Amino acid sequence: MSVSSQPAETSPRNANERPVLTMRGITKTFPGVTALASVDLDAWPGEVHALVGENGAGKSTLMKVLAGVYQPDQGEVRLDGERVRFHHPREAQERGVSIIHQEFNLLPARTVAQNIFLGREPRRAGLVDQRAMERATAEILARLGVERSISPRALIDRLSIAQRQTVEIAKALSFDARILVMDEPTAALSPHEVEALFARVRALQKRGIALLYVSHRLEEVIAITQRVTVLKDGERVDTVPTAETTPDRLIAMMVGRDLDHYYPERSERTGVPMLEIRSGGNDRLRDIDLTVHRGEIVGIGGLEGAGRTELARAIFGVEPFTHGTMTLASRPVRITSPRQAIRAGIGFLTEDRKGEGLVLIQTIRDNALLAFRSARRTTRLRQALGDEARKVDLRAASLDQEVRLLSGGNQQKVVLMKWLSTRAELLIFDEPTRGIDIGAKAGIYDLMRELAGNGAAILMISSELPEVIGLSDRIVVMRDGAIAGELPGGSDEATIMTLATGERDALVAGSAA
Amino acid sequence: MSARTAPPPSRERFGTAPTGSPGRRIGRALLGTAPIFVILAALLVWITIENPNFTDPPLFLLFLRRAAPLMVLAAGQLFVILAGEFDLSVGALITLVVIVAARLIDGEPERTWPVIALLLLFGLVVGLVNGLITTRLHVPSFITTLGMLLILDGATSYWTGGSPRGELPENFRQWGRLGIEDVPVLGQLPYAVFAVLIFGSIAVLILHFTAYGKQVYATGGNPRAAFLSGVNVSAVRTAAFVLSATSAVIAGILLGGFTGVSPDAGQGREFQAISAVVLGGAVLGGGRGAVVPAMAGALTLEAIFTLLNILGLESPLQYVVQGVIIIVAVAFAAFRQRTAR
Repeated sequence: MSVSSQPAETSPRNANERPVLTMRGITKTFPGVTALASVDLDAWPGEVHALVGENGAGKSTLMKVLAGVYQPDQGEVRLDGERVRFHHPREAQERGVSIIHQEFNLLPARTVAQNIFLGREPRRAGLVDQRAMERATAEILARLGVERSISPRALIDRLSIAQRQTVEIAKALSFDARILVMDEPTAALSPHEVEALFARVRALQKRGIALLYVSHRLEEVIAITQRVTVLKDGERVDTVPTAETTPDRLIAMMVGRDLDHYYPERSERTGVPMLEIRSGGNDRLRDIDLTVHRGEIVGIGGLEGAGRTELARAIFGVEPFTHGTMTLASRPVRITSPRQAIRAGIGFLTEDRKGEGLVLIQTIRDNALLAFRSARRTTRLRQALGDEARKVDLRAASLDQEVRLLSGGNQQKVVLMKWLSTRAELLIFDEPTRGIDIGAKAGIYDLMRELAGNGAAILMISSELPEVIGLSDRIVVMRDGAIAGELPGGSDEATIMTLATGERDALVAGSAA
Repeated sequence: MSARTAPPPSRERFGTAPTGSPGRRIGRALLGTAPIFVILAALLVWITIENPNFTDPPLFLLFLRRAAPLMVLAAGQLFVILAGEFDLSVGALITLVVIVAARLIDGEPERTWPVIALLLLFGLVVGLVNGLITTRLHVPSFITTLGMLLILDGATSYWTGGSPRGELPENFRQWGRLGIEDVPVLGQLPYAVFAVLIFGSIAVLILHFTAYGKQVYATGGNPRAAFLSGVNVSAVRTAAFVLSATSAVIAGILLGGFTGVSPDAGQGREFQAISAVVLGGAVLGGGRGAVVPAMAGALTLEAIFTLLNILGLESPLQYVVQGVIIIVAVAFAAFRQRTAR
C-alpha cells in the first residue's frame, strides 16, 4: 500500500489533557462463550487508535459495548471521566460516540440530508424544515471538504461506496462526535479512495476527535494510527505505540505464535482439468475463462462486489451461467440447480455459514447427510460418518448434538462433512475461515490441501489476502464481474490489489474523463 | 505481554464410532422432549377424579374414537407446519367430504368405495393446488389456504343449496362409529382407533425413516440451506400439503360416520389441528416437532373439551379455551427457544 506514514505521537501529551474515553475491565459473556475478558482501552482526543485481532477476537463486541448495543457484564465505560451506561446506540450517539459499520446504516432511496437527520429532522410549525436540514447538511459536508462532490439532495443509492462512507462520517459529525469508530473502513475502497479517506481521518484528528480504527489491513494501521491495541480470544494482549511495532510483530501477537508453518506446503503436481469454463457469463458475470485442475487450489481474489461469490453461485447452479460452456472432468455439463451441481460432484461451502450452510436446529448427523440424502441418487438414509468426522477433526460430544451449539470452527467442519459425504470432487470454498478461530483455521487449510492431494479440485474465495496468497497454487483476480488477471501463488498483496482495483486503467480513464 | 489463555472448552474430541445408541436416538426423534405427555396424563387423572368411570376400557375407547379425527388431522398438519407453512383449508375440506359423500352416495352402500376413492383423489388435488400456489406463485400459505377454505366452503354450500341432502349408508358410517365387537375386557374396539394407528404409523414412517422426512425438517429449519444442499424445497412443501389434505379426507370420513351429515362437520378443525401440533411441541415457522407428540396434543385438546363438558361449562367457552391454549402454547415455545439460545 502506497500510503505515507506520518510521524506518530504516542499517548499522553499535556499533563492537563486526559483521555476522552476509558474502558476498564470490560467483560461480556454469551452463553458458552466469553467474548471479552476484562479488557481495558483508552482513547485520547486527536488520537487514531487501531484495534486489531483475528476474527472472533472480540473487536466488534468491544465496539458494540462502547456504542450501547451490548451492556457489559462487568467493567465500566467513562467519557471524559464520567461513568456512562448506554442502553441504546442512539444514547451513545447523542453523547458523541458514533460507529461507522462495514455495512452502512443508510436508507438507499433517501437523500443525504434526510439520512443525516433521520429521526431528528429540524421542524417548523410541525413540518420538516427541508431547507434548514439541507443547509445544515451542506455545512457539515463543507467541513469534510466534500461540498462539491456530494449534494445534500443526492440520493444515497446514486453515491459510490466511498461517498456513502463520507455521508456516514458527516452523520457522526452532525452528532458532534467526539469518538468515532470505523469498522474496516477500507474494505471496499480502491487505493485512491483510501488516500482520500486518510486525508479525512487526519482532518477529524485535528478537530480533536478520537478515532478507533478497526482493521485487518496492518499496513494501513501502521500508516494512519498512533497506537495499536491487539485483542486475542477476548483479551487484550497489549497496547503499543504504532511507531514501535511492525506488521509481523502485530500478527505474532494476534495469532499468539509464529507464522512460519501456518499454511501447508503447496502441491508439486497438479492433475488433469476438473473444471473448465469458457466464455461463461450471466447478468453479473462476463467472459469467464477458468480452468481448475485436480490437485490444485485456485484462489479467487478481488474486492467486495467484484463477482467472486457470483462466480461460485453460477458454477453451483444457483444463478447459472446463461452463456458459455462448462465441462466437468472433460464432460460437458449444464448446471441449473444446486441439485444438479451436487449430482455432478460439486460442493459449495457458502460464505454465510449459518444462513446458507446449515440447518442450525438439526443435528450434526442430519446436517452432514443433508446433501447426500437429497441429491445423490440413493435411497440410503444412513451412512456412517465416523470417517468424515475424524477427517475434519470434529469436536463434539455426539453426532446427535444440534449444530447451533457448536463453535464457528466446528460448524464449518460440519459443512465440510456434508461435502465429504457426497464425495464432491470440485469444492468451492467461499470465505472458508470467516469467523473461525486461529487453531481451527490452520486445520481447515490443512484439510483443503489434503483434499486437493487426494485429487479434488478446489476453488477458494477469500477477502483475506494473506490467506489467498498463502494457500493458493494460482490466484485469479476478479473485477467488475470479469477475470482481471491471473497470478502465481505467493504473489504480493500490491500486485493483487492493482489488478483488483484496475487502478492503472483508472488513472488513464480518469485523465480522459 | 503474553495473553492469558482460557482453558479450552471441555468438549469431547470426536473419536471413533458415532455415539448414542440407535434405539435412544429413534426414541428421541419420535417423542421429542415435549412436556405434552405430562399435561395429557394430568388431564386424564383430573377427568378420572371427576368421573371415575372414565378409565373403564370401553369408555376410554369411546373417548379415543371421538379424538380420532383430530389425531389424524394433527399428524397431517404437522408435515405442513414442519415445512414452515400453515394449512387452514382442512376444516372446509372435512365439511366438503361429509356433504359430498352424503349426496353422491345417497344411501346406496355399493357407491361407498368409489366415492371414498374419489374423495381421496379430490383431497390430493386440493393439496397439490395449495402447494403449487404457495411455492410457485409465492403466495404465503396462510393466504393460499385461507382462500382455499373460503372456496371449498362456498362451493360446498352452493352445491347443496344451503341444506345438506342425501344420506350416508352404514358401510360408510361404520368407520366413524363402529368397531370390532365383543373384544374381551375392551368391549368394542373402534375402527377409528385403527385408522389413527395406521395413519399415525405411516406418518412416523415417512417423517422419521425416509429421506423425504429429513428434507421436511431441513426445509422448515432453513429453506435456503436446504435448497443449497440439493433439496427440492418446493416439492417437499407441496407434498406436505398433499399429506395434510389426505389427512383431512380421512378425518372427514371418520367424522361423517361419527356425527352424521352436518354442514359444520369440519368447522374450526383447522385451528384445532394447529393447536394440537403446537401443543405437541412443534414450532410455528418449521423445523421442530414430531408425530407422536402432535397426536398426543390432539388427544390433550379432546381431553380438555371432555373436562369442560364434565365441569358443565358451555360449549362456546370451548372456543375461548382453545384460543387461550394456542396463544399460551406458542408463547411457551417462543420462550423456550429464547432461553435455549
